[in-house]
Amino acid sequence: MGVSITNFSRSGLSDWLIQRFTAVVMAVYTVFIVGYILSTPGLDYGQWKEFFECTGVRIFTLLTLISVVAHAWIGMWIISTDYIKPAVLRFAFQATCFLTMFVFLVWGIDIIWGL
Amino acid sequence: MLVSVYRYNPETDSAPYMQDYQVEIPAGKDLMVLDVLALIKEQDSSLAYRRSCREGVCGSDGLNINGKNGLACVTPLSECAKGGKLVLRPLPGLPVIRDIVIDMSLFYKQYEKIKPYLQNNTPAPAIERLQSPEERAKLDGLYECILCACCSTSCPSFWWNPEKFIGPAGLLQAYRFLADSRDTATDDRLADLDDPFSVFRCRGIMNCVSVCPKGLNPTRAIGHIRNMLLSRNV
Ligand code: SF4
Repeated sequence: MGVSITNFSRSGLSDWLIQRFTAVVMAVYTVFIVGYILSTPGLDYGQWKEFFECTGVRIFTLLTLISVVAHAWIGMWIISTDYIKPAVLRFAFQATCFLTMFVFLVWGIDIIWGL
Repeated sequence: MLVSVYRYNPETDSAPYMQDYQVEIPAGKDLMVLDVLALIKEQDSSLAYRRSCREGVCGSDGLNINGKNGLACVTPLSECAKGGKLVLRPLPGLPVIRDIVIDMSLFYKQYEKIKPYLQNNTPAPAIERLQSPEERAKLDGLYECILCACCSTSCPSFWWNPEKFIGPAGLLQAYRFLADSRDTATDDRLADLDDPFSVFRCRGIMNCVSVCPKGLNPTRAIGHIRNMLLSRNV
């Protein structure tokens, strides 16, 4: 039945689970960051930099970044297979999504880890 | 009452159009939509529609009635035509054969995919395969489906992928056999459903639940299938 090579894992169940799991990661991270900002009045550049120098924060941020990419990829793949019927257009859309996400991921790692 | 009906005869019309009829509704009576169709047919015998039992059992006269899918024979005017106007269209998302008659081949193809029959690889007993009352109770809310297609044709996911997404009606029946204590093909059935389209195109829109003329709940059955897939694979 309709199995495509371009979805995330070839299994509807894993895609579904990954989407749920990454959604939880993003929700927890949002609470974490908003909580930090609210509980640190007069937050300045020095404090912000120090906060992101902590390895735990970096790992959590990277996990969230990867979650955003995985979540968005599955979502965009589903949207493209629902609404874009000509295969060439669909592939072009998926390739654009992939490239955009890849650039943001590498760029994001560069920013977080300051490599 | 003003009744607007979708008309299309592929042999003579280049495009579908809506035709208005003025129908006299007998005073003091709450007619069913199917009765209104019969009155129109007396005026205009060229109108084609499908019907059989006229009491909500055969599932032949599924229509889009004032924007909502339902069976013409069990939908009273008092319920669907509150504004005094009735608009009848074919069930959306499937090809039209003529007027409000649709081609249900894709719908049946999806039904066929879930192997809608009991599979049991153990030797047949002398009399019959017995079930306890509790096991039998698990089939309630599943076996009553009359395959009218009101649900699947109201489902956007089925509109976008009618070849790949099984749709609410097929999935309700898939669960009917997954839940049957006499069926031994559970694992094969689940393996056939674990692709990105068959089950997982359900986004929980729940149009199926709101239109089912038998009051069934395909979304809940799909949730059960997902849980079975989950416990099989995790
Ligand atoms: S689940 Fe309800 S709406 Fe869907 S085909 Fe069966 S009877 Fe019709």
